[in-house]
Amino acid sequence: MKSKNRINFYSLLEKITPLIAVIFALLVGAGVILIIGEDPIFVYKVLFSNALSNRDGWGNVLFRATPLIFTGLAVAFAFRCGLFNIGGEGQMYIGTFLATWVGFTFTNLHAFILIPLCILAAAAGGALWAAVPGILKAKTGVHEVIVTIMMNWIASSLTFFLVLKFKAPPTEAMVAAGVKQMIPHTRQIAEAARLPRIYHILKSLNIDFPSYNQVNISFFIAIAAAILVYYILWKTNLGYEIRAVGHSPLAAEYGGISVARNIILAMVISGALAGLVATNEVMGFKYRWRQELFTGYGFNGIAVALLGKNHPLGVVLAAILFGVLNYGGAIVNIFTGGRIPRELIMVLQAVIVIFVVISDEVVKRIIRKRRKIS
Amino acid sequence: MPEIALEMKNITKRFPLVVANDKVNFSVYRGEIHALVGENGAGKTTLMSILYGLYQADSGEIRINGKKIKITNPNVAIKLKIGMVHQHFMLVPPLTVTENVILGMEPKKNNFFIDIENATKKVKEISKGIGFKIDPNAKIENISVGIQQRVEIIKVLYRGAEILVMDEPTAVLTPQEVEELFGILNSLKKQGKTIIFITHKLNEVQSISDRITVMRRGKVVGVKKTKETNKEEIASMMVGRKVIFKVKKKEHDLGRNVLKVSKLNALNNKKLPALKNVSFEIKEGEILGIAGVEGNGQTELVEVITGLRKAKNGKISIYDKEITSDSPREVKEEKIAHIPEDRRQRGIIPAFTVSENLILGSHYKKPFNNGLSLNLNLIGNHADELIKQFDIRPSNKDNLLKSLSGGNQQKVIVARELYGNPILLIAAQPTRGLDVGSIEFVHQQIVNERDKGKGVLLVSADLEEILSLSDRIAVIYEGKIVAFLDPKKTDEKELGLLMTGSIQKKE
Repeated sequence: MKSKNRINFYSLLEKITPLIAVIFALLVGAGVILIIGEDPIFVYKVLFSNALSNRDGWGNVLFRATPLIFTGLAVAFAFRCGLFNIGGEGQMYIGTFLATWVGFTFTNLHAFILIPLCILAAAAGGALWAAVPGILKAKTGVHEVIVTIMMNWIASSLTFFLVLKFKAPPTEAMVAAGVKQMIPHTRQIAEAARLPRIYHILKSLNIDFPSYNQVNISFFIAIAAAILVYYILWKTNLGYEIRAVGHSPLAAEYGGISVARNIILAMVISGALAGLVATNEVMGFKYRWRQELFTGYGFNGIAVALLGKNHPLGVVLAAILFGVLNYGGAIVNIFTGGRIPRELIMVLQAVIVIFVVISDEVVKRIIRKRRKIS
Repeated sequence: MPEIALEMKNITKRFPLVVANDKVNFSVYRGEIHALVGENGAGKTTLMSILYGLYQADSGEIRINGKKIKITNPNVAIKLKIGMVHQHFMLVPPLTVTENVILGMEPKKNNFFIDIENATKKVKEISKGIGFKIDPNAKIENISVGIQQRVEIIKVLYRGAEILVMDEPTAVLTPQEVEELFGILNSLKKQGKTIIFITHKLNEVQSISDRITVMRRGKVVGVKKTKETNKEEIASMMVGRKVIFKVKKKEHDLGRNVLKVSKLNALNNKKLPALKNVSFEIKEGEILGIAGVEGNGQTELVEVITGLRKAKNGKISIYDKEITSDSPREVKEEKIAHIPEDRRQRGIIPAFTVSENLILGSHYKKPFNNGLSLNLNLIGNHADELIKQFDIRPSNKDNLLKSLSGGNQQKVIVARELYGNPILLIAAQPTRGLDVGSIEFVHQQIVNERDKGKGVLLVSADLEEILSLSDRIAVIYEGKIVAFLDPKKTDEKELGLLMTGSIQKKE
């Protein structure tokens, strides 16, 4: 009985390492705040209470978490097949641009057709961009990390070229004000391509919610994507094969599973998930592509997946934590009149990631040492 | 009364889930060859790791030459003249024999340069002293496994060892090499060295050791003089019950050809010819044993038949259907079961559960896969059934496979592969690294398949296994089948000579 308890204790310990890491990271963050000469308790209080104590705060947190759920799922899914998809950023760029293009091109379509079409375009763009490293890895063995990094640069330059090509003309107000330079952006997508904000739904249910809050239907798409990823990975034949290839390609091959096919499929699905960031950023928020608006989600997705232990539920929770830090951090910045820089939040996020890696390894070593049997 | 060189008293070592050594008493006389035997997990390796300073005992004491000592790490053990020859050699392939021997304690010239001349001379002296020749300037990567083992022995002697621990030294050797090794051990014994010989091959224990200590489940169950005991007694002490050594096989008539391989050629990973015009067939109810030193094309042969490697040319057919260069899945569809040589890499997915592992290869088919999703209930029931039928322990289908012992992992593979009535069983090194009980089980399963009229291709480096199971033996040497033999009319010696290309046999 005693030994059984011990096993449970270890598997529990393995599961909660991210939590330990977060606590340690907050302690380190407190140290940093002390060095700046501020009161850490006050800062954390402002940060968490503004993010979590009212509906507006929650809305802001979920809005910021949504893109990270998509990119986090993208990294986690590829990782289950043993692939390290660093290319979420590029896949997101291409997916987002394609969705925007569909949104402002087919303006006379009905919402019932245009919204799914835009979502499809977002997924397809990301999938296409991820298929290239997938195929190269499967057919020639070129490492996906190298190819996806390169594809990020290509995506960034390509979308910059495209946004100049599809640049929206300056508005009359801008012309009147004599503005010549502006951040390049495209025209807005059709009304019919836009996702409703949560505000509209809550209003119809008579729940009080600020109309300016940007959280939108895309959050539910993200949750649905997380459930779908869970279902695919653990309940279907495809997931079985992808995980088999991820754990042990030789055994998978022996079991009649095509390693190449599953690598390509895993990359394509991963890319599609990254591309879906468009649903939040374009279809639910800006309604257009603007240069450098989306930077960083792809990379932060790696941290989210790591913190979430590559499990869909973990990814959702980690993305929400990052949402809390992002939003709360911005508020802290305003509250302290800029004395606490927003960069503190980036430090916190980085420290969390480092601690996750460390505590993961430490726990693994403890368990290995304990389990070492002659 | 002989002098006691080493004494380990009341050694206890606990790991969280198991007591690896439970009040173990172990003593060795100076100048004897002492066999330490027991099944996997009996605690032999733990005991020797404690002696070598890799682990610390929770309680108990170690005495060398009557003096109580504490061994905190391997360096202390080396200073106390204890040497260990590991089962997996710890050699650097691109370096020469001498360089490997002095690695870690290089003799210096002018406090800076390595004195390689002196070291070379010393290596020559040591090897001469125990009666064999070795080229001190040969690179490790260019010499055979048997010679590599001698380098390990020289390494230990170079460090001045008086007590040598040898961890399953014969596992990788051919019968001729084993004989040579025994010669070396005997001359070491004449020099007054003390040798502890870990093994679970009982024939070897009989022919080399003076005394035997048997361990079971962390305890010493007996110490015997080799002359006063026999194989059956030692085996039953190891396992805790009577062991049947001879596999019972009924005589019966053979049926049609199940597998026909003709003029098969294939390349190895280095793109060099690994199989040269290999032809043979296996009939219904026949076990064909492939004997050979590892690395002579056996691995490639099995891979080509099972679709894991492409044939260069030649033809493979199952009954009348050609399967040459089919994919692994297509081959599996022909009802070919495969117990792979590399259990841990090929045969199982260690991070998957027992039930997930039990459907590998048929996971995509009905009834396990019903189109949209896996039928998890049915997969669970399937696992429960096979766990019961094959006595897989522990009997929880949700355990990860990596938490199972080697024997139980192999049971999972056997259970999975024999499910669904295969017509041909390909078993490559099916009992490697398994304990006596598991070996008995696997052998029984193989013979059962034969008795049911299935064809069996058995590839094994264990000649005893080949001789006792096969109905016909094919000897493979450098990618060619050099002889077909009747197991009743041959022996290990003839096989050993054929396997190493020392003699040729005409058909």
